[in-house]
Amino acid sequence: MLTDARLVAGKDLRLEYRSRVTLTQVLPFVVAIVLLFGFAFEPDADLLIDVTPGLFWMTVLFTAMLSVQRSFGVESSDGVADGLRLSGMHPAGIYLGKAAAVFLQLLALEVVLGLAVSLLYGTPIRGLGVLIVTALLATAALAGAGTMFGVLAAGLQGRETLLPLLFLPAVAPVLIAASQSFELALAGDSASGLRWSALLALFATVYVSFGALAFGPLLEES
Amino acid sequence: MTAPTAASPGAPAHTGSNATRYLGLVVAGGMALLVALALVISPSSVEQGDAVRIMYVHVPSATTMYYGFGLCGFASAMYLWKRTEFWDLLAGAAAEVGLVFCGLALATGAIWGRPTWGSYWQWDARLTSTLLLFVLFTGYLAVRALQMDTAVRAKRAAYVALFAMIDLPIVHYSVDWWRSLHQEPTLARADPTIDGMLLFTLMTGMVVFTLLFVWLVMHRFRVEFLARRHETQGLAQAIEARRAEGAEPRARSLDLIAAEASTAGSSTEGLEATT
Repeated sequence: MLTDARLVAGKDLRLEYRSRVTLTQVLPFVVAIVLLFGFAFEPDADLLIDVTPGLFWMTVLFTAMLSVQRSFGVESSDGVADGLRLSGMHPAGIYLGKAAAVFLQLLALEVVLGLAVSLLYGTPIRGLGVLIVTALLATAALAGAGTMFGVLAAGLQGRETLLPLLFLPAVAPVLIAASQSFELALAGDSASGLRWSALLALFATVYVSFGALAFGPLLEES
Repeated sequence: MTAPTAASPGAPAHTGSNATRYLGLVVAGGMALLVALALVISPSSVEQGDAVRIMYVHVPSATTMYYGFGLCGFASAMYLWKRTEFWDLLAGAAAEVGLVFCGLALATGAIWGRPTWGSYWQWDARLTSTLLLFVLFTGYLAVRALQMDTAVRAKRAAYVALFAMIDLPIVHYSVDWWRSLHQEPTLARADPTIDGMLLFTLMTGMVVFTLLFVWLVMHRFRVEFLARRHETQGLAQAIEARRAEGAEPRARSLDLIAAEASTAGSSTEGLEATT
């Protein structure tokens, strides 16, 4: 199963490396959102610093949707989905592989996003350890849930609109916990931030387990 | 609705049956009793005044919403196990009725909140997670509304419902924790000494709404069942009609072609061979 996961993740990342969609399309999108938030609020006031955790995670949520859509977009052409089904790989392995690829791409984007936010909004970075732990766990939860909904919406008409409707409300708890954890860590209260991280660990476990179990049946005849 | 058809010999002719008719009468009588109790007979509350009367709709609506979503989750799990149309239809009917009551609970809650809290909306943990639940099940019904193979759709919808069920405690817990860190609970819980008449009215509301839920789900289930039969029957009829008209119009069009061909001075044998 883990070998299958590594194969699928490697395939998705190699595709990404060769097409550079994340680099040339998703990354500029992230920067554009950071800018737009600045236009929407008063850039000089402290308001942006106060709402940085929320803006950061909202941006990650939108980006996660793009990544998931992309992740299943590449499977939709040339009968690749049939190929995956017939490959004999463990469905949970395929799921973990695709989720891992999304996870790694999101993490890379979050690093850039974090730098952009601290640079453009002037948010001072504190409690870096908690920030990193939170980012790892929340991203795992997002990638886990996103990949599950991705295969669910794959091949349906109107999947572009269906995926946000299913995915965004479902991961609202991740947004709450991750934003709270960031807020507390940035305010210097790392201990309380870690409590939210523990909650995120639970979410990630639940979402990834559910996704791994549901992926096989959902992949069939999709 | 329609008479039993060849496509579904055992299908009921309409959505009513004796059982649901009696149940409907009981619900109608119960509603009348509830209105009388809630608006006339029961006294207004000491703390909330007349605003308390909306609770007799609000609390039963919220409870019925949980029946609906709970039943949907259970039926979805049963569908994934048994893979029969019954559980799929039941899950859909329960979710639809549950969503209606969820909307009713939110609306009555907001109307109650205006005189009590001074605003229609508060970022209260329970309110917020109820609204999120509303959006989650809207997504579920969006999946059910897709035009595709019913078996595939049923399976995907069932997984969405199951995910919503698993997400429910997560949503509730995180929202609860989120709000409790920011503010003390704003609303005073129900009066410590509930007047006997208030309690009786509330209980009547619970019973009547539960029966109403059962009645609605049964009817919704049957409507959907007949709609599916109708769909299958429509397809069968269309195929039948095509077959029936197959021979005649083709003969006629061949005549036409033959006539054209003869005027053009060529034979129709080649055409007949190809058609």
